[in-house]
Amino acid sequence: MNSPLPWGEGVPLPALSPAGAGRVRGFAVTNQNRRARLLTPDSRILNPNSVRSLKIIAAVLAKDLRLEWRNRETLASVCVFGILVVFLFNFAFESGREESLRQLPGLLWVAFAFAGVLCFNRSFALERENACLEGMALAPVDPGLVYLGKMLANLIFLSIAESVIVFAVSLWYNFSFVPSLKWFAAITFLCTLGYVAVGTTFGAVAANLHMREVMLPVLQFPVALPIFIAGIEASTGALKGDPPSSYMSWVKLAAGIAVIFIVLSYLLFEYVLEE
Amino acid sequence: MPPDTPPPVRAGLELRNVSKYYGDLAALVGAQLRIGPGESILLYGPNGAGKTTLLRLLATVARPSEGEVLFDGSNVRQHAAAAKAAIGFVSHSTFLYGDLTVRENLEFFGTLFALAEAEKKIAAALEFFTLGKRAHTQVRKLSRGLQQRVSLARALLHEPKFLLLDEPFTGLDAATVATLETLMRQLPAEGRTVVFSTHDFERGAALARRLVALEAGSIRYDGPFEGRSQEPGVRSQ
Repeated sequence: MNSPLPWGEGVPLPALSPAGAGRVRGFAVTNQNRRARLLTPDSRILNPNSVRSLKIIAAVLAKDLRLEWRNRETLASVCVFGILVVFLFNFAFESGREESLRQLPGLLWVAFAFAGVLCFNRSFALERENACLEGMALAPVDPGLVYLGKMLANLIFLSIAESVIVFAVSLWYNFSFVPSLKWFAAITFLCTLGYVAVGTTFGAVAANLHMREVMLPVLQFPVALPIFIAGIEASTGALKGDPPSSYMSWVKLAAGIAVIFIVLSYLLFEYVLEE
Repeated sequence: MPPDTPPPVRAGLELRNVSKYYGDLAALVGAQLRIGPGESILLYGPNGAGKTTLLRLLATVARPSEGEVLFDGSNVRQHAAAAKAAIGFVSHSTFLYGDLTVRENLEFFGTLFALAEAEKKIAAALEFFTLGKRAHTQVRKLSRGLQQRVSLARALLHEPKFLLLDEPFTGLDAATVATLETLMRQLPAEGRTVVFSTHDFERGAALARRLVALEAGSIRYDGPFEGRSQEPGVRSQ
């Protein structure tokens, strides 16, 4: 009998590992082959599952970028909020060179922290509408890949907002970041990566809670605090022009937290998606 | 009304002593249900009976508080990808992004479901549900009925073996209802299963061959429709 659905054969089911279950758990580069491998229990080079995983992450990322391009609510609100924080702090503190070097890292990370809350809340507000997060949970994809796609989108949005905030700070405080730009940018990116790793997870958790706008900072700030401290301390050293070895321990702390949270969130995100 | 013994079924979906609690609320208690290929099942019951909860558990978007959901005899967690690839779910929520167009939504889900020849299938689905002219319209700008059509297209795009529909006729015009009813009659003939809930018992009885009646979170009846021309619990005059 002809299928009542006129668009052909059914979807091929995802290949299961010989163990009969599972998903891609991580990455490794072996010594036997210079090309990077994505290791599955099958350990195949360029595993079709690996390519598919990257496609899923790219699809989620592209979807978020497209949504933001259509409504432009996240970036606009995050940038305006960050600039407002900088503007108000400008009236609170003296802006001589020495005072600026002490205040700016803390000021920046206060602005980044609250801008991030807005960003993560907004990111999952879009998913709450029409229960889209559940829609993604219906698909035969590793929930961790959905997390990675959302995390990358939030990283892009928050990085853009931070660039705008830093530019605003350089204007209002008459402070040039150029001499230490390389290290300052690297530190900020690394700490932002860790913050986004934490914030994306808690944003998804808070999306289903009452008073989510209040609960998100309550949940995520205690966990993200070490990242903020590392960002402030490392940024202070970089902006002063100190040798990198003097603040490298803070950079390593931020990197370690980022890696731990990305891995943990990737593994546990299925519990966030499900009711 | 004691539950009838469910018919023996081949591998498929199964709820094994499943309960679901939302805080103090027992939405579903001790549900035992086996669903095989090629079945057409009506979930019937008053508001709050547990129909939506049961469908959400089968669709794997909700995790049971007690018991197991099985797919092909194994816990659905062990074969989550295979289970999800075999299930299509239409709910009260459309699962569609309002700021994306109809086509963009279908392309996104096509990617998530790893559809081969996705463009061809999406084009066919748009034509089947008469959405061709709306393909580039943002979902937010569509009426509720049109959004429901897009949601149906989304759920059917990957040709699921088990189609779960939660009150699918809501908001649909007569032409789309007729299309959906035809589909719901034909899918079981080719081995696919349709499980749906509706408040319209007569329409459900015309489409389904098996009735699962729920009340207060429990399955009260599970058996064939033959000889049941009245709603369960309705006293004959």
